[in-house]
Amino acid sequence: MTSITLDRIAHSYGGKPRLESDYQLKPIQHVWEQGFAYALLGPSGCGKTTLLNIISGLVIPSEGRLLFGDKDVTHLPTEQRNIAQVFQFPVIYDTMTVAENLAFPLKNRRLAKPVIDRRVAEIAKMLDLTADLNRRARGLTADAKQKISLGRGLVRSDVSAVLFDEPLTVIDPALKWELRSKLKSVHRALDLLMIYVTHDQTEALTFADKVVVMNDGRAVQIGAPADLFYRPEHTFVGYFIGSPGMNFMPAGVKGNRAEVAGFEVRLGEIYGDLSSDQSVQLGVRPEFVSVTSGPGLPAQVRRVVDLGRKRLAHVLLGNHPLVVRIPREMEGVGDVVNISIDPANTHVYVADVRVQGRAP
Amino acid sequence: MIDKPVNNRAWFFVLPVLGVVLFSSIIPVMTVVNYSVQDTMGANSFFWNGDQWFRDLLNPATTIGARFNDALFRTLGFSLACLLIEVPLGIALALCAPRKGWAVGISLVIIALPMLIPWNVVGTIWQIFTREDIGLFGAALVGIGLHYNVTQEPISAWMTIVVIDVWHWTPLVILLSYAGLRAIPDAYYQAARIDGASRWAVFFNIELPKLQKVLVIAVLLRFMQTFMIYTEPFVVTGGGPGSATTFLSIDLDKIALGQVDLGNAAAMSLVYYLITLTVCWIFFTIMTQLERRGDV
Amino acid sequence: MRNGALPKILFVFYLVVLMLPIYWLIKMSLQSNTDIMSGLTLFPRNPTFEKYLEIFNDPTWVHAFGVSLSYVAINTVISVAVALPAAYAFNRYYFIGDKHLFFWLLTNLMAPAAVFAMPFFQLYYAIGLFDSIWAVVLAHCLFNVPLAVWILEGFVGGVPREIDETAAIDGYTFPSFFIRIFLPLIANGIGVTAFFCFMFSWVEQLLATTLTSTHALPFAAVMTRAYSVSGMDWSLLAAAGVLTMIPGAFVIWFVRNHIAKGFALGRV
Repeated sequence: MTSITLDRIAHSYGGKPRLESDYQLKPIQHVWEQGFAYALLGPSGCGKTTLLNIISGLVIPSEGRLLFGDKDVTHLPTEQRNIAQVFQFPVIYDTMTVAENLAFPLKNRRLAKPVIDRRVAEIAKMLDLTADLNRRARGLTADAKQKISLGRGLVRSDVSAVLFDEPLTVIDPALKWELRSKLKSVHRALDLLMIYVTHDQTEALTFADKVVVMNDGRAVQIGAPADLFYRPEHTFVGYFIGSPGMNFMPAGVKGNRAEVAGFEVRLGEIYGDLSSDQSVQLGVRPEFVSVTSGPGLPAQVRRVVDLGRKRLAHVLLGNHPLVVRIPREMEGVGDVVNISIDPANTHVYVADVRVQGRAP
Repeated sequence: MIDKPVNNRAWFFVLPVLGVVLFSSIIPVMTVVNYSVQDTMGANSFFWNGDQWFRDLLNPATTIGARFNDALFRTLGFSLACLLIEVPLGIALALCAPRKGWAVGISLVIIALPMLIPWNVVGTIWQIFTREDIGLFGAALVGIGLHYNVTQEPISAWMTIVVIDVWHWTPLVILLSYAGLRAIPDAYYQAARIDGASRWAVFFNIELPKLQKVLVIAVLLRFMQTFMIYTEPFVVTGGGPGSATTFLSIDLDKIALGQVDLGNAAAMSLVYYLITLTVCWIFFTIMTQLERRGDV
Repeated sequence: MRNGALPKILFVFYLVVLMLPIYWLIKMSLQSNTDIMSGLTLFPRNPTFEKYLEIFNDPTWVHAFGVSLSYVAINTVISVAVALPAAYAFNRYYFIGDKHLFFWLLTNLMAPAAVFAMPFFQLYYAIGLFDSIWAVVLAHCLFNVPLAVWILEGFVGGVPREIDETAAIDGYTFPSFFIRIFLPLIANGIGVTAFFCFMFSWVEQLLATTLTSTHALPFAAVMTRAYSVSGMDWSLLAAAGVLTMIPGAFVIWFVRNHIAKGFALGRV
């Protein structure tokens, strides 16, 4: 059981990176604490798989150190790192039974047979594979095979971290939920450090204790799912998390007031005079913009979208598009309605980064 | 797991193939069948001979039967020898071949060269190469004291044809195995490393199972080609010395064209063809079994 | 994928041994006949290109080379074109007799040329195609078409069926889907198949010489002429032999990436 430390880890495939844009993975400093479940979330090409490969040993970072506990493992080969990895598609040994698959890592380490058998039975029970132990692994469904892949990693008692590289990619949607719950229960039972790479925010937010949001080779925000939702530190996080993402409007901010499209919006905190800064934006999630019958800002409804669970209205405040959560009954495309923006959940962003104001 | 729809309109897709191959295959076979049950007194007079040709052929007591028997076993032995050398050698070399960089292209071209040479040129190359006066192979073997003489020593002739076939066709096994190996995703090797597997374990548990399909194809192709071998032994040894390297195809050719013995030749052709059909059927069954076992 | 120096050494050793007979041929093509017969030498004493010039300047040789290239190229195109729809059908659909048809195709791949030489001779003579490249083109289809179907079927299997379904939903007609979406996805397979068809047609001599006589003589048949009454013109033979390797080398150079990409002829 150890924690994993990224000490100024960065990676560029070329030789000598001069510009920041030469880096596939920009310098990152982070400690993955033992026993936690982390998600590495981001769009394709954001560097999450590169980061995972650095941790697993497939890639040696061009800069920085990787520490397992206190040990520098940056150049240590994969097989000596005590990690387990589950890949995008099930990786099993076709010619072996399920039991033989699970026993394989222990056989290679020359453990005694009774020890191996006991361990295999334990892990099989945990993963609901006991009934299939003597079946050929080749004939099972994809989700069972992924469980076998995971089992092979867990069967070694010295494993310190389990890495997942988008493991639900080939799983039937109907079974994804089941497998996700199984992963969570395994995590709770074994208290292992788990790092889960995905581009699907639902997977990330339901699985992880903490999420590392990445974009363009950079770790943009690291925090609990709630933090990412209520307080995105970066406009990318606001846009990527949530469905739909956060609304952004250019604004002139001064004190506890912001001016958007000629209208005044009240803010929850007090800021300095940012009215001359062109890169200031106001960010507020559709969940915190509502249609009110009382006083509010006039917005014209352009489009109403019904998503089943919720309904959204695309409105125009002045000439700024906003997405608003609306109640079930409301219609009125073309109407002008009053919208109210919740000051407590409105954030100010300067050059895409959130600015903290003073409490009033 | 596989749910292919039933669609009999698919026959339209295969009609072109059917037409072309039918034309090339059924009509000639019919001709052969025709000849195999008739006897000729020359110049287009035929009369019915029933299955007499076949009975003679398959009876080792008759001259034609004995000859056929000999040629058959000779050819089978040859096929076996070649397979036993070429398949392991081909796989081993595919494992050693470069995977990255400029060496890949050059290696593939050089490896493939022996297969790209017209078969009579292959024969010609080795005709010269095995001579002790102007050929490196012949000179080297004689130089280290062996009684090597392709045209006079049966053992030399046999061994030479095997060497030629190995030189000529191991590349096919190498290319097929190499392509099969390259199709294995890296994740398997990564997982094996994490599991602490030894190099042999990786070979037996990952690489060999994943090569099953290409290996079945490689073995089938090689068996068939060695079973039907004609040009190379014809050019290098002419089937000799004596009948040491007279394989089935060469014998067939001699009987058909040399002795104008159409009936015997036709019967022999058909039996020959039936043997290849049987082997083919066996491999086909193996292939479909492998296919089926791979599914849920 | 063994690590270490030993595999590399073994591999290079194999390449060297493999090249020896080929080197010998090249060496002889650069020597005069007297030079060759005078004894064993590792290098040509007075290298000369005279035999190559002789070939290039002789219309019979040049014509024969063109003939060989033509029927091989035409055969490759026809085999691949005809095999593509069939490979698709075999992989994507069940239809009556599909297994038997596939098996029958395979048996033609295994057809011994010796069995077919004489019947082909009579057949093509009877329909007037004897001594034309078309006789060889069609005759070679006997084994090349089944081979192409076999190889391509494996590659078609590598494309997920979802892509076909998505295209249908998106409104593509089948021909449009096949040409614009499907074919690029199996470009790899087409390259590999074309290579093998080219190779097996280029090297096949028995049928090619049996079915031709004067107008459509392939290169190899002209070579047998070098076995003339005045004794073997080894040097000329060698030069011709070297020339026969060049088209094949070109073809594999072009498809090297397709082969290196890997294929398993089935699901991995």
